[in-house]
Amino acid sequence: MPHVPATKTKPEYDVIVVGSGAAGGQTAYTLAMEGVKVLMLEAGRDYDPVTETPMFNTLEQAPLRDSGTPDKPFGFYDATIDGGYEVPNEPYTQASDKSEEQFMWWRSRMLGGRTNHWGRISLRNGPYDFKPRSRDGLGFDWPLTYDEVAPYYDKVESLIGVFGTNEGLENTPNSPDGVLLPPPKARAAELLFHKHGRQMGLPVVPIHRAVLSKRLNAKRIPKWLHPNNPNAQRILEQEMNQRLACFWATYCTRGCSIKANYQSTTVHLPPALATGNLDIVTMAMARRVELDDSGKASGVNFIDKVSGLDYTVKGRIVVLAASSCESVRILLNSKAPGRSEGLANSSGLLGKYLMDSVGASLSGQVPMLENLPPHNEDGAGGGHIYVPWWLYKEQAAGKLDFPRGYHIETGNTRRVPRVDSFNFLAGRTGIAYGKRLKEEARRYYGSFVYYTGRGEMIPNDDCFCELDDSVKDKWGIPVLKFHWKWADSEVKQAAHMQQTFASVIEKLGGTVLSQPDPTGKKAIWPGGRTIHEVGGAIMGEDSKTSVTNRYSQTWDVPNLFLTDGAPFCSNADKNPTLTIMALAWRAADAMMDQMKKGDI
Amino acid sequence: MNDTISHRRMDRRSAVKWMLAATATVRILDTETWAQGEPAQSGYGTDPSLLSGEVFWDRTLTPRQLRTAGVLSDIILPHVEESSPSASELKVPDFIDEWVSAPYPNQQADRTVILDGLAWVDRESQARFKKNFVELSHGQQLEICDDVCYQNTAKVDFETGARFFTKFRNLTLGGYYTTEVGMRDVGYVGNVALASFDGPPPEVLERLGLDQAPW
Repeated sequence: MPHVPATKTKPEYDVIVVGSGAAGGQTAYTLAMEGVKVLMLEAGRDYDPVTETPMFNTLEQAPLRDSGTPDKPFGFYDATIDGGYEVPNEPYTQASDKSEEQFMWWRSRMLGGRTNHWGRISLRNGPYDFKPRSRDGLGFDWPLTYDEVAPYYDKVESLIGVFGTNEGLENTPNSPDGVLLPPPKARAAELLFHKHGRQMGLPVVPIHRAVLSKRLNAKRIPKWLHPNNPNAQRILEQEMNQRLACFWATYCTRGCSIKANYQSTTVHLPPALATGNLDIVTMAMARRVELDDSGKASGVNFIDKVSGLDYTVKGRIVVLAASSCESVRILLNSKAPGRSEGLANSSGLLGKYLMDSVGASLSGQVPMLENLPPHNEDGAGGGHIYVPWWLYKEQAAGKLDFPRGYHIETGNTRRVPRVDSFNFLAGRTGIAYGKRLKEEARRYYGSFVYYTGRGEMIPNDDCFCELDDSVKDKWGIPVLKFHWKWADSEVKQAAHMQQTFASVIEKLGGTVLSQPDPTGKKAIWPGGRTIHEVGGAIMGEDSKTSVTNRYSQTWDVPNLFLTDGAPFCSNADKNPTLTIMALAWRAADAMMDQMKKGDI
Repeated sequence: MNDTISHRRMDRRSAVKWMLAATATVRILDTETWAQGEPAQSGYGTDPSLLSGEVFWDRTLTPRQLRTAGVLSDIILPHVEESSPSASELKVPDFIDEWVSAPYPNQQADRTVILDGLAWVDRESQARFKKNFVELSHGQQLEICDDVCYQNTAKVDFETGARFFTKFRNLTLGGYYTTEVGMRDVGYVGNVALASFDGPPPEVLERLGLDQAPW
């Protein structure tokens, strides 16, 4: 059940999938479970969360107590390998030297990609989110409706396991009964926010995260997901039984050895491998998609990073799921005589309409939370609650100076202390040293709240990536050059976030730690920092205005699909990963359907 | 291996230092001061084993610097009771040594502040009391600390010392409260497996005037 070396691939596969994260994992899973022969190429090394995750390891056991470094930007224990906003030997460039016009591109080079460390926030796009242009005239409508995608959200949530509640809020869809797992109890500061936020009109509700608050029903779910496929049912039942419920310790960003949260490496790949239908080559850096004489994709050319040698693998279908920008890069590099613009780029839109989420945050200190009796608030790692966008009516009435919306996420107050957690202490208390400094540390620990917004960015002409032919990576592959500029709508949204967070902190009787930015210009996070990279090969109704159709299938090359975030033509405030998986499942169904019909 | 290379380099550098020292005046032939190593050339890399507990670089502070750091860190976080030991009891000076010996840019910047500051502390002690800092009485030590412990209001003359004290205090607090004992002392009681997560205990809800969440 093979991880195979580059030299041992089969002569031909049904489908080649480039990438092993949420998109590649879901695509390979759906196909392999239905008997399709798949080869997956991953640019990083093999990675096994069961044996490699630092469960319960203390900060004392980590160099620099787990502080971030250039080698491990999110800390020693972060489940990121050879990655970060910079990847060794794999540079990218910026068109502008102004920091506000640059894009931060987070990558990781490991099996499972960014799913190993992600925040697991799993929100469905709502009906409005698929038709934004119809509502406000901006951006693009998807060639899809919510109702068409909903069955795939149901399937993905059932497979990966998502906790949360159905609240029936506007543009915030419910899941069918029995799909969501029970939400964990709210923590003290979350309850406080729940009480006071509600008085301010903020719908503070349980968040949805891909963490098993209880074990999945391994008898029922596989039968429902794979009707008339006893083999897939048997395999999934076995694999689901390997997943334990969360024991409310060890932050999800380290990954999870008991498979209590979703990672491609614990949820998608094990059953797909167990079918015997999936081969995986790691350390395989895809360079370009190969075409045959008829203009169809015939395979993928890659570099084996171990030997430095070139290989080409053949497949009936090629799927790029390498992350939005990396997939775009592969297509732009798939040049041929008469095709200097790259592959699947007859529209000239490849690389265009790159998006991230709008991010801005604010911290505050709340006296009511001081000196609370010590109690364990680790919970499910990340936040247990959030605030879906709530100002639809005000926006419709023209009371807001920006389009679209944002949701609010919260930080945990009683997290494990970090090296820099008490840098504020002496300055704030005026106590310089001694026994009283310890008393102040106890008093203040757990009294800091943190709110952060994730907002919708409108795709714009200034945000895109293209090839920088003057710079190549270690493997000789031309790199991406990024262009970025937040538009007014995003900056104003960030200003609104700041104002909202400041009001919340005030309502809790607290004080802000930094002055809220009334312009939003300073508060808005740099492009890419939120790591919600989507767009670059948008889907649409026709081949002139888009790169792919509604099945994430390129207009120009029918047997070439993009199942990562690249075909997103809008980036709702909802974190993109769940939608990436739903659309990947849907695209895989379309591939099988078209193969059966002989169309591709 | 990188290790071998960096050690070899270190040896050559120390050799140069010894030569310089030998030609200098007797006063700076203080082996404790000169035994100081150089920070490692490279860090743990982008794919370290997260479970090995490996030590990735050598400590570089001298015994004398460590003694000064020990006394200072205990002034900042003294022994209060068994559950709240002093900074040096929790090996904070060793953490600071690990920190300033790391090859990364932030830590290298801190290294300069810390090494300059530790030297300043002894210079100041000598100037005022003709002894090194660790040999002073507790009262004399506090006298020096009081001149530098508030960076914003410290006199211009004490700029080096004040910048050092703030940085040193932050590292002491960070080193202390990231230990098992320090975490418990400040009120963090997590990192244990639980059969269920039940939200805040009743006494916390009562203090905040809250009910358990409706879900």
